[in-house]
Amino acid sequence: MPNYRVKKTDYVDQTNRISFKFDGKTYFGFKGDTLASALLSNGIHLVGRSFKYHRPRGIMTCGSEEPNAICQINPGTDLTEPNVRATEIELYEGLEASSQNCWPNVNFDIGGINNFISPFIPAGFYYKTFMWPKSFWKNIYEPLIRKSAGLGKSPTLPDPDLYDHKHIHCDILVIGGGISGIIAAKIAAKSGSNTILIDDKNTLGGSTIFQNNENFKINDEISKDWLFKEIEELKKLKNLTIKTRTSVAAYHSYNYLLAKENLTDHLSKNNKTSNIRQRLWKIRSNKVIIASGAIERPLVFNNNDRPGIILASSVNKYLNFYGVICGENNFVFTNNDSAYETALSLFEKGIQIKIIDIRKKTNSKIVKRVEKLGIDIYWNSTVTNTFGYRKLNSIEIMNLSEDGSNVIGKKIKAKCDCLAVSGGWTPMVHMHTQSGGKLNFRESDQVFLPKELDSEHISVGSCNGDFELDDIIKNTNEKVKSLLNLKETEFEKTYVSCTKELDKRNIWLLPNKITLGKTKSFIDFQNDSTAKDIKLALREGFRSIEHVKRYTTTGMATDQGKLSNMHALGIISETAGVKMGTLGTTTFRPPFTPLTFGAIVGRNVGQFFDITRRTSIHEWHIKNNAKFENVGQWKRPWYYPKENENMHQAVQRESKAARDSAGILDASTLGKIDIQGSDASEFLNRVYTNAWSKLAIGKCRYGLMLNEDGMVYDDGVTTRLGDNHFLMTTTTGGAANVLSKLEDYLQTEWPELDVFLTSVTDQYSTVSICGPNSKKILIKLFPSVNFNDDDFTHMSFKNSTINNINCRIMRISFTGELSYEINIEAKYGKSLWEKCIEAGKDFNITPYGTETMHLLRAEKGFIIVGQDTDGTMTPIDLQMDWIVSKKKYDFIGKRSLYRSDTIREDRKQLVGLLTEDPKEILEEGAQIVSNISKKPVEMLGHVTSSYFSPNLNKSIALAVVRNGKKMKGQKLLVPMENKNINVIVSDSIFLDKENKRLNA
Amino acid sequence: MFIINCPYCGERDQSEFTAGGEAHIERPKQPTELSDDEWAEFLFMRKNIKGVQFERWNHAHGCRKWFNVVRDTTNDKIHAVYKMGEKPSID
Ligand SMILES: [Zn+2]
Repeated sequence: MPNYRVKKTDYVDQTNRISFKFDGKTYFGFKGDTLASALLSNGIHLVGRSFKYHRPRGIMTCGSEEPNAICQINPGTDLTEPNVRATEIELYEGLEASSQNCWPNVNFDIGGINNFISPFIPAGFYYKTFMWPKSFWKNIYEPLIRKSAGLGKSPTLPDPDLYDHKHIHCDILVIGGGISGIIAAKIAAKSGSNTILIDDKNTLGGSTIFQNNENFKINDEISKDWLFKEIEELKKLKNLTIKTRTSVAAYHSYNYLLAKENLTDHLSKNNKTSNIRQRLWKIRSNKVIIASGAIERPLVFNNNDRPGIILASSVNKYLNFYGVICGENNFVFTNNDSAYETALSLFEKGIQIKIIDIRKKTNSKIVKRVEKLGIDIYWNSTVTNTFGYRKLNSIEIMNLSEDGSNVIGKKIKAKCDCLAVSGGWTPMVHMHTQSGGKLNFRESDQVFLPKELDSEHISVGSCNGDFELDDIIKNTNEKVKSLLNLKETEFEKTYVSCTKELDKRNIWLLPNKITLGKTKSFIDFQNDSTAKDIKLALREGFRSIEHVKRYTTTGMATDQGKLSNMHALGIISETAGVKMGTLGTTTFRPPFTPLTFGAIVGRNVGQFFDITRRTSIHEWHIKNNAKFENVGQWKRPWYYPKENENMHQAVQRESKAARDSAGILDASTLGKIDIQGSDASEFLNRVYTNAWSKLAIGKCRYGLMLNEDGMVYDDGVTTRLGDNHFLMTTTTGGAANVLSKLEDYLQTEWPELDVFLTSVTDQYSTVSICGPNSKKILIKLFPSVNFNDDDFTHMSFKNSTINNINCRIMRISFTGELSYEINIEAKYGKSLWEKCIEAGKDFNITPYGTETMHLLRAEKGFIIVGQDTDGTMTPIDLQMDWIVSKKKYDFIGKRSLYRSDTIREDRKQLVGLLTEDPKEILEEGAQIVSNISKKPVEMLGHVTSSYFSPNLNKSIALAVVRNGKKMKGQKLLVPMENKNINVIVSDSIFLDKENKRLNA
Repeated sequence: MFIINCPYCGERDQSEFTAGGEAHIERPKQPTELSDDEWAEFLFMRKNIKGVQFERWNHAHGCRKWFNVVRDTTNDKIHAVYKMGEKPSID
């Protein structure tokens, strides 16, 4: 096998040989190589298949814009990662990579057949064809498309790596470590600014560090030597942090940026110096200097996608940075001067090189030099076709007509295995636009440039449209100086000699003798969209660039169209006769290059994914075999199965015990708000629907809270502890929202009220004991308290102590049973609970969870806010008119209760449902109808709560039904998949309508 | 993600705050006197301006205070921050 490594360079250590595998075969490269340069040094060009036509594709670039060479890294392991660009993977010992998008393999690919039927797969093909018949989509088209069109394979195993998030603040952030970034960072740091310089490569210097020719000199030194010294000086500066292998992913407003640092991706398994794989930096910078450079444009001509067709600047980098040539018979195909540097580099190594230039003739310094060396130049010419299936082997050249719209004369066929293309340069304005910046269009070289309006950030260097070395240095210096308000810098008198480009000629779609329909002139290489597709979209009436983009999928691949957007715009502009400047660009969205999920979530995985709240009694629940339910962030015991009990059996047992003897519930999660102040009772009057002013000290009251729209928002019991002191309870899930809603009203609508709110949810544990024997248990626990019904009435509270610890005992009930609630400082919660269990032993005290709690209150028809209500139910809809004060002048939501919509009588209303077969349990959420034969079937409402009640020995349900209040006794239907269940509308209170059990 | 200068605490990251919609919509003192349309105007109608907008913010993960912010919704630039009941320093 021939060796394509022809040169020693400063950046690849040719004494350090590294073995790696690609598609299962072992190859060798050197330390300093990327996977791409190592493959090229082995003569491997074919690295993947295109997305739609499965055409053979090769390495095309040397950076993050790479559309073709995307690989699966470490396939089949827990470290695997799809869609990684070979041009960005640093080679390490043991690296394994495989090509994607091809089956069975890259050299023989079955999907390649799409290439031959491609005339039948134009733009929008998928949209048009797979629309019909509808049933085919799910079972036939989608699985097929997914199989043949998938990019890489997502990992299926848990990610073993760690990821970090870190915050950092600085005065100046410089994005990009090329020559302009280096100058900017040096000026900033030396002026005393705390500066960070970020570059995605492992070495600073951009493209200048391998710019090795006599045409480019700075202070009489060859440009790369000058820059090399600057970098050495830069590394010594104290207030400068340099971060290499770090790429800015997103630039948000207020100079908030996200950057991903690769810490170990370039190291072999045994040499990983850190157990953190990637770190996401969250940067807040006073000012940002964008020096992100420019990307070379390809040229659009027939069959411009064959392996071996590479950007000219990349061919130059592979040679001068990695020491690798991409072919033996090289052609440069260009519309500008910059590619002549590539030609010179190749010529100097004695590699065969010829030039095809679409310009008519130009006389810049570098062109003259190339001519002087005797390199052949085909002026005013274009490539009209290319040949070679797995690797380019020859090209066809023709002359351009005067206006460039056609080709003329004789075809010349030439041997060529590397075609270095250059269509000019596109400034990387992604960061500027992500930050909210707008763009200007420069006609002379057809580029979009940053339009700077504020002083938050500037763009310097080629991302600002400066492509000549002298302009870059001079303008960077001036812009950074004015950003930092400096009088002068060390770069004031930097003397630059460089060749100046005199002539440009831009043809977005190069002409051909063959009709467009029969050509394959690719614009988006990764998504396989061609010039023909864009023109088709325009013919079909698409005009907006955003629509054309989606219709043709141009720019929608993982590279986000870094290489394709400008050509798409250019062709639209030419075809539709609209100026490019007025067409505008598509939106550049973060991330600039794909981010791993690991980097995004950082350490917030597993138990750190979300906050978990546990009550102080949690340990006891675990020990006693509780199954838990998530309620907001709380873990609440759901039920406590004994031995082989299933959930239904456990809940039936718990529910029966609570009504027959005694049940105990951990109610600590209910929200608790301490309310103090001389206007506390007036405040409660305004936030609850019922009256509060006359509540005596020591008494409790149930309250319903509405939104201003009249809909039920929360409920709970509030206790008057003192004249100006109340304790409010809220639902578990609503606690935080209720507190902020109340704060909102206090601060913004009623600042005159003297009221202070404090959340005390976490400060108290609450143990609730219910059932006919509950009083006996309480008497055992608190022998000094008088529990006589006429002294300690329902809805009242007493202070007491247990083992000298203060606690509050409330006689309140949400099961309908005689029931007491004990509040104690949270740290004593577990020991209080254990004492209750101990005291209740003789009475078969039974711990019950949320499921039993829900069942018990459903038997009583008590609502659960959020289960029986959904933000569309008024108290009237819930048949709770009794709690809405008629006397109060105002309370939150009052006015809305008699809006034309809320007084409608046919609103959905809460009712009870009984199944005809008392054993049949309805499904919560099931629809309710009255007439199944009339189509479309009218939905009257749905089941909100449904249980089998062991205390009534029948199935019960709560439901919201349109006009339900008037339907009592009426038969309705609950249609299920296999049957229709007959139900009867009933009262929503199923058990103990007279509330006798409260005083059992 | 922008920075908000809480009038009680100073500059803090946006993630500490929650937004509370359009500012200076006072709850009617006598809701019962209002027609359905007038009440609906208060309850539902919001301007949702593209450009400079007066809005309420709450320092939810800080001092819990509500205050007003003048923000350009097109670029998130904040032109003024002022306490409840105060007048903005601009316009
Ligand atoms: Zn604050």
